[in-house]
Amino acid sequence: MSAALQLLRREMAIAWGRGGGLMVTGGFFAGATLLLPLASGPEPERLAQIAPGATWTVLALSALLGLERLFERDYEDGALDLMAHAGLPLEFTCALKCLGHWLATGAPLALLAPLAAIALGASPALAPLLVACALAGGLAFAFTGGIGAALSLGARRGGLLTAVIVLPLFVPPVIFGGAALDAFSAGLPWRAGFSLLGAYAAAAVALGPLAMAAACRNALS
Amino acid sequence: MTQALAFLYNPHRFMAFSAWAAPLFGALALGLAAAGLWLGFTAPEDYQQGDTVRIMFIHVPAAWLGLFVYVCLGGASFLSLVFRQALADAAARAAAPIGAVFTALALATGSLWGKPMWGAWWVWDARLTSVLVLFLFYLAYMALRAAIDDEAKGARAAAILALVGLVNVPVVHWSVEWWNTLHQGRTVFAAGGSRAATVFLVPLLLMSLSYMSAFGALWLVRIRGEVWRRRAAAAEARLAR
Repeated sequence: MSAALQLLRREMAIAWGRGGGLMVTGGFFAGATLLLPLASGPEPERLAQIAPGATWTVLALSALLGLERLFERDYEDGALDLMAHAGLPLEFTCALKCLGHWLATGAPLALLAPLAAIALGASPALAPLLVACALAGGLAFAFTGGIGAALSLGARRGGLLTAVIVLPLFVPPVIFGGAALDAFSAGLPWRAGFSLLGAYAAAAVALGPLAMAAACRNALS
Repeated sequence: MTQALAFLYNPHRFMAFSAWAAPLFGALALGLAAAGLWLGFTAPEDYQQGDTVRIMFIHVPAAWLGLFVYVCLGGASFLSLVFRQALADAAARAAAPIGAVFTALALATGSLWGKPMWGAWWVWDARLTSVLVLFLFYLAYMALRAAIDDEAKGARAAAILALVGLVNVPVVHWSVEWWNTLHQGRTVFAAGGSRAATVFLVPLLLMSLSYMSAFGALWLVRIRGEVWRRRAAAAEARLAR
């Protein structure tokens, strides 16, 4: 257990430090949000209409950011090789890496998301649901994103490739979360979308590490 | 089933089988397409869609095949990943571009059909959207395969991705359907389209079988090409020593 905790702490430290962390993802999140009113005009009514969906899209894109650093560095400097031969199963190690990634970037981003949505004109009443969606969605994004990151180990232009692999896998969580936010803003029942988002996140947490570990073993072989 | 697959695992037997099977499937595809197109173009006009209903005979089988080829790709990837069958990997590699072309054809003809029917080249209809996502799955598979220099590693990574995709394709399909029913007001699918009459069903069936045979022929030819390419590479490696 202490090995697992140490690993989690290490992953979070790496995700926070070395020029990563909230400075970068938060900066990207704010910058991408800023572009929307600049591109589509500052009329408050129109912006308010698309504010939840736009925030949700930007969140999904921000989740791509740190992915290429999730495995690549450890793969290059040999740490991944050591982890594969350590006492912890590689599946568990991969899950911890994704969890650390989510704790360091996805969870803080979830707290920033309401600021962006409200700045775009969404109702402040949306904030609790948006945080909850961003937390669950962030978990789904981290664990499906990890699959893409592990698969593109050893590939040329791995970062871009990861995005190409992962974006189609983001379709269901983006739909579920977007639907929940949309329904809430319209005063309709939103639980269905939110429950489905939670289910997808749970499935990603359960199954993603299997694919990640298989991909890591393949890259290390 | 496993017996039939075991028979095809052997590259020599596969080459002997495909040497006559591929042209046979190709001829079958041409014959079925001729019959299907003839019946399709002599069928009466649809009372609502007019002549444009004939796009269906090109479009619908392409969409079906796009999905079917992905299942074949996933099955071949499973065989190559779990049983380490080299021929199964060749089959997976060979299937991907064919499937991508079928989905691209479905998207292009769907767009051409959408213009007269919906008044727009593209509508965020559930079926169009999920076919688009399927196309992205194919692109991701081919991009991953192309980006890894080590061929054996690239093959296994791509096989893992194909299996992840295979698990996700039903989820994506269903989630897109669900998403679309939430926004039903925006779709304008012509009412009564599903009550297809026999005059339309027969050519549709013939065209589907034709597409299926065409896929069989193309797939076999491409696997043969892949086997030849590997043999050439192996011979080259031997000579270099």
